[in-house]
Amino acid sequence: MFYIYCPYCGEHREEEEFHNQGQAHIERPADPDSCSDEEWGNYMFFRKNPRGLHHEIWVHAAGCRKFFNVTRHTVTYEIKEVYKMGEQPKVVAE
Amino acid sequence: MQHYSGFGLLKHSFSHHENWQRVWRNPTPKKKYDVIIVGGGGHGLATAYYLAKQFGVTNVAVIEKGFLGGGNTARNTTIVRSNYLWDESAHLYEHAMKLWEGLSQDLNYNVMFSQRGCLNLGHTLQDMRDIERRVNANRLNGIDGEVLDAKQVNEIVPILDCSGNARYPVMGASWQPRAGVARHDAVAWGFARGADMHGVDLIQQTEVVDFIIEDGTVTGVKTDRYGDIMADKVGCVVAGHSGYMAAKAGFELPLESHPLQALVSEPIKPILDTVVMSNHVHGYASQSDKGDLVIGAGIDSYVGYGQRGSYPTIEHTIQAIVEMFPIFSRVRMNRQWGGIVDTCPDACPIISKTPVKNLFFNCGWGTGGFKATPGSGHVFAASLAKGEMHEMAEPFSMFRFHNGALIDEHGAAGVAH
Repeated sequence: MFYIYCPYCGEHREEEEFHNQGQAHIERPADPDSCSDEEWGNYMFFRKNPRGLHHEIWVHAAGCRKFFNVTRHTVTYEIKEVYKMGEQPKVVAE
Repeated sequence: MQHYSGFGLLKHSFSHHENWQRVWRNPTPKKKYDVIIVGGGGHGLATAYYLAKQFGVTNVAVIEKGFLGGGNTARNTTIVRSNYLWDESAHLYEHAMKLWEGLSQDLNYNVMFSQRGCLNLGHTLQDMRDIERRVNANRLNGIDGEVLDAKQVNEIVPILDCSGNARYPVMGASWQPRAGVARHDAVAWGFARGADMHGVDLIQQTEVVDFIIEDGTVTGVKTDRYGDIMADKVGCVVAGHSGYMAAKAGFELPLESHPLQALVSEPIKPILDTVVMSNHVHGYASQSDKGDLVIGAGIDSYVGYGQRGSYPTIEHTIQAIVEMFPIFSRVRMNRQWGGIVDTCPDACPIISKTPVKNLFFNCGWGTGGFKATPGSGHVFAASLAKGEMHEMAEPFSMFRFHNGALIDEHGAAGVAH
C-alpha cells in the first residue's frame, strides 16, 4: 500500500486516489514519418522493466487530477522522490 | 522408474508406503548438453519432457535457481480454457487443451484435470456483443463454446446473483464446457518425473548468471554452482525474470513485470462446481477439491518484483466476488499471495528466436500461462529440436513488435488485463 505525496496538493494521500501511468520521460519521436520500424516499435512497445529504481508517471485521479513523476524501487516498493512534470529525477540508478 | 498404478498403491500399502522410489534423480551436471532449458517451472519442464519423449533429444538439462515449479506454477489459480479470440492464440491454447485431455495418462501422473466448464460473464450490451463474437470465432476454430442468457447461467450456477438487483446485473455469459482446472503442483511434478524418466537432468538450486556467447551464437551458460555448462541450444523460460535474462544476452524484450494476486478461503462444503470469471467487475472464482474458494485479482498497475501486491486491488476483487456471490460474504479468507507476471503489450506470449543464434525465449505469458503449459512446452520443444520455430509458435515471434503483426488478446486474456 503506497502513501503517495502529491506535489500539487502538497499532501500525502493513499494509493487508491492515484493511478499509475507507466514509465516516465518517454519522448515521442520528433519526426515520426522518418522513423524506421525498429525505432517506432521501440517507442511504442518497449518499456524499462528494471529490478531497482524506476521513474514513472502517476496521476492524482481522485484528487487534483494532475500528472507527476515518482522514482520508486520495484523490489522494496520504497518511493524515493516525487517531482513535477518537466523536472528531472534527483535519485537515479548507478 | 516405477510405473504408478492402483495395484502399485495396494502393494506399497503393505509396507506402509515407506518404500516409494524417489520421483526424480538429483544429478550433477555434465560438461555439455544438446539443449539447456533455463528455468524449471511448468513450461520449462514441459519443454524438457516433450524434447526427450517426442523429439528424441534426451541430452537435456533443466537448470532452476530455486526448486522445481516454485514460481508462478505454484502461485496461479489453475484455470484451463482455450476460448481465445484470434486464430493464432486459439490454435495455440486449443493445442494445449487437447494435450491436457490426455495428460494424466501420458505422464502416468494424476494432474487432476477436471473439465468442469468455465463461464465468462457479460454485464453490459457491449460485453454480450464481444462474447458473441468470441464464441463465434471459437466455433469456427473448432473450439467448443456457447452464448448463454442470464437464465441459463443461473441454471448452471444457482448461487450467482442473476437478478436485476445487482450493481452490474449479469446479462449472459460465454460457456466453454471443456474448460476446467488442474492441480498446478502435480503438473510441474508430473512433467519433471516424465522428463527425468527419459534421461533429462534436472539441476536444482543452481542459478544461471550469464550466457556464454561467441560471435553472436550462444554456446552455453555460466552458473553459480557448477561453473560453465556448454550447450548447442539454450531455451530460456524464466517468466518474470525474462527481461533481466534478455539484458544479459544483450537485447531487450517488450515486457513489463507486474504483481498479480490471488487468495483462497477457508475450506467449505462443495458449492461451486464450475469456474466463473467476470472481466467487467474484475474477479473470478472456482472451488478447489479441498473445498477452498480460489479467487483471482487483476494485476497491479505498476511495475513490481516484490511478489506482493496492493491491498486496494484485493479489496476491489472481493467486492466483485461478494456482489456476484452474496452467499460468500461471510466466508473467511485463509491466504493471499502475489506472483510476478511478465506482461506483453498485446497480452500474448513471446515464443521466439532471438538476435542471439541458438538462444530461444519462451516468455510473456502474463496472467494466463498455466493453461498453456503442455502446448507451450510442446511447440517450444519442437522449435528447439529443429532449430526452426514450430508453425504454431511462429506468429508469437518477438519481432512482431517491430513489424506490427500484433495479436491483440486483451479481451479474451481475461480478468487480469
